[in-house]
Amino acid sequence: MTTLAEYLKERRDQEWRAELRKKLKGKERTNIPRVKMPEVDPNERVKFQNVEVNLGLSIEQAQREASRCMDCVNPTCIEGCPVQINIPEFVKNIERGEYGQAASNLKLTSALPAVCGRVCPQEKQCEEQCFYTLKLKKEPVAIGYLERFAADWERESGSVSVPECATKNGIKVAAIGSGPSSLSFAGDMIKLGYDVTVFEALHEIGGVLKYGIPEFRLPNATVDEELENLKQMGVKFETNFIVGRTASFDDLEKEGYKGFFVGSGAGLPRFMNIPGENYNGILSSNEYLTRVNLMGAADDKFDTPVLRGKNVAVIGGGNTAMDSVRTAKRLGAERSIIVYRRSRVEMPARVEEVKHAEEEGIEFMNLANPVEYFADENGRVNRMRVQYMELGEPDASGRRRPVPIEGSEKDIDVDLVIVAVGVSPNPLIPACLPDLKVSRWGTIEVGDNMQSSIPVIFAGGDIVRGGATVILAMGDGRNAAQSMHEYLSK
Amino acid sequence: MNRIVEKEFFSENVVKLVVEAPKIAKARKPGNFIILRVSKEGERIPLTIASADEDKGTITLIAQKVGVSTEKLAKMEVGDSLHDLVGPLGKATEIHKVGTILACGGGVGVAPLLPIVEGYKKAGNRVISVLAARSKDLIILEDEIRKWSDEVIVMTDDGSYGKKGLVTQGAEEIINREKIDECIAIGPAIMMKFTALLTKKYNIPTQASLNSIMVDGTGMCGACRVTVGGKTKFTCVDGPEFDAHQIDFDEMLMRLGGYSEEEKKAYEEFMNRLNLQA
Ligand SMILES: Cc1cc2nc3c(=O)[nH]c(=O)nc-3n(C[C@H](O)[C@H](O)[C@H](O)COP(=O)(O)OP(=O)(O)OC[C@H]3O[C@@H](n4cnc5c(N)ncnc54)[C@H](O)[C@@H]3O)c2cc1C
Ligand SMILES: Cc1cc2nc3c(=O)[nH]c(=O)nc-3n(C[C@H](O)[C@H](O)[C@H](O)COP(=O)(O)OP(=O)(O)OC[C@H]3O[C@@H](n4cnc5c(N)ncnc54)[C@H](O)[C@@H]3O)c2cc1C
Ligand code: FES
Repeated sequence: MTTLAEYLKERRDQEWRAELRKKLKGKERTNIPRVKMPEVDPNERVKFQNVEVNLGLSIEQAQREASRCMDCVNPTCIEGCPVQINIPEFVKNIERGEYGQAASNLKLTSALPAVCGRVCPQEKQCEEQCFYTLKLKKEPVAIGYLERFAADWERESGSVSVPECATKNGIKVAAIGSGPSSLSFAGDMIKLGYDVTVFEALHEIGGVLKYGIPEFRLPNATVDEELENLKQMGVKFETNFIVGRTASFDDLEKEGYKGFFVGSGAGLPRFMNIPGENYNGILSSNEYLTRVNLMGAADDKFDTPVLRGKNVAVIGGGNTAMDSVRTAKRLGAERSIIVYRRSRVEMPARVEEVKHAEEEGIEFMNLANPVEYFADENGRVNRMRVQYMELGEPDASGRRRPVPIEGSEKDIDVDLVIVAVGVSPNPLIPACLPDLKVSRWGTIEVGDNMQSSIPVIFAGGDIVRGGATVILAMGDGRNAAQSMHEYLSK
Repeated sequence: MNRIVEKEFFSENVVKLVVEAPKIAKARKPGNFIILRVSKEGERIPLTIASADEDKGTITLIAQKVGVSTEKLAKMEVGDSLHDLVGPLGKATEIHKVGTILACGGGVGVAPLLPIVEGYKKAGNRVISVLAARSKDLIILEDEIRKWSDEVIVMTDDGSYGKKGLVTQGAEEIINREKIDECIAIGPAIMMKFTALLTKKYNIPTQASLNSIMVDGTGMCGACRVTVGGKTKFTCVDGPEFDAHQIDFDEMLMRLGGYSEEEKKAYEEFMNRLNLQA
């Protein structure tokens, strides 16, 4: 067996890569400034919920950016990637103009490159470990933009390659939930020859990619095209099907399913349990985003309503909070405010989202936390009491713990409040499988091979990790597919 | 696809639909509900499974027209298919033998009450049902309820049928007459609130089934949250039935109005469009 290092070396030693390295001197590469992503003007884009902010790189921009990459002997960027994409290989393929090849490189390890190129926190992963960041203290190669470029190029070229599948082995396996973990599991299992069905409780496939992340960041069409790929490979999808309710695990076993992957996500919204939180006009980010993204509530053609606020406060500092506050702006809010209990640097959201939010006129109220809500005579929220915080000692997450400042309360006028303070694991599956081992937090416990305490059941994504990321969920799906294949081949 | 195989109007505003849903027909228990969408643009609306026929693979839904989505549903005909249908959702009613049950149903609340009454009767209880509505033509499922009840009392606000008066008056009469071990109340929130106040006075354990506003019905959004015993619960996964003496009905009533402006506007526009077409 070759190790990853040997494999990478072998690829790096290919003639074309050696040639390409000689084309430009190191200095010539490092002198090129990092590309700027073309964007829709902030004043224009806030008028539309479904206009993507980032326009994508042109071919010239992509090639120039790709030529910044030094094709390092020791590509540290790969260490930063949770699924170990062969980054230099795909980047160098872009540099030499083989965009289709670049896309194929990505698809070897990532089931949804067009999605990851858009939503991965690259600044904390590959780009953080880039030679430019580590050694040159310069802006890293825009690996995320390049990933998106390659995936989009392939789609737009109309020559999407459908990966080869092994001969059908007739063994039925089920993926529960249709978020990124299940989709990557399904993609790998179908390639291995299994008969794969994905069951989804909602009426749309995609999990958070559809109901959570808004179209201005990840167009539904992009997700759908990736799904089309899986369908062409033979993956079956059953929507409106809640495993454990519509049919039990026993029922599915009777129907011949031999293995199960649970990717049911962390869909349970947390609230803060502070006085007044159940007033009208205070809702979870999941409810708000689901109404807009899944149910089309911002569009008059659709029946589902959504509350529109003039003064909207969003509680939290993650991606979900950014998505909510920017959605509120697009739905006509005069003020949309992020209220976050720590400071700017501790915000878990992607850096790009915070930047985009700022450009769009989002206000940031940092080191502040709501403590109580007040309402008008109809029970609609009209005022929020916040308490200011200061940063104390670091907590378990390594971030400095916010400590309330006594007597610092202040009231602000709000007519819509979105609570985005985190999610808990979806309890549906654990509730119907008493033998399944779950942690104190409700996450499913699995071994390194993603197998749960019930041997035919594997799990991954947010149901195992709590709220995490798309790429980690996909990595789990792949890992689980490999392990289930080994388990079922015994 | 969930095809409609039977349709009947109980009154101008209350319609019964029998829908193909074989898996749900098999899996459902009394107290469960489903969520459906009439069309691609439709809302996800929750409706109780009033009854099911496992052999035919159908479930029966009874809906009252109150807004755009229920209007659209009532316009669907036999042979049409619902766009989506998912379930069974919610916790099932815990049915056991307790003695004498008082089952109070208000308006279209009689539909969700029916499978529960049937369950209690089959479990060997004495069942006394009180059906209430504004007037005679709004009393639904009387025969079906009678089939599973030892006694049925009908109350109408205007006295056009049965006795004149509110559900609570009918219930109190029974409570004063004989020993009631448990009570279940399903209907408009205000009716459940007053029934709960009544049974609390007499210390009768009471369940109420809540019709909170919902979106997904799987515990994902929190639109359906209610306060029960001082704690926030999600109606779709923790309910829909709760200890009626612990429910904060005033908060629940307030939350039901959470989208009233949007709903009213949508309804007016919808009816205007219909009138233009006519
Ligand atoms: C608003 C928002 C923005 C985000 N932004 C980013 C970002 O920019 N970058 C990033 O990397 N991550 C982001 N995340 C996190 C990321 O989306 C998640 O980590 C990821 O989607 C988890 O994937 P998953 O496979 O575990 O399942 P999920 O995407 O959570 O999907 C689970 C699916 O399972 C279904 N399901 C549950 N139970 C059952 C059942 N019993 N039967 C059938 N179906 C069931 C659910 O309906 C759901 O559709 C964001 C999350 C949110 C909410
Ligand atoms: C568990 C459960 C079981 C139910 N069972 C039945 C039933 O068997 N028969 C029946 O006729 N009705 C039932 N309902 C109520 C029914 O879902 C609503 O009447 C329907 O969604 C209203 O939609 P609309 O567009 O027609 O009206 P809208 O114009 O949207 O609203 C009119 C009224 O309905 C309420 N409402 C609006 N949206 C919802 C929603 N998503 N969920 C609940 N209430 C809402 C509002 O408070 C408002 O007062 C049930 C509700 C729940 C939660
Ligand atoms: S309806 Fe969304 S959590 Fe209950």
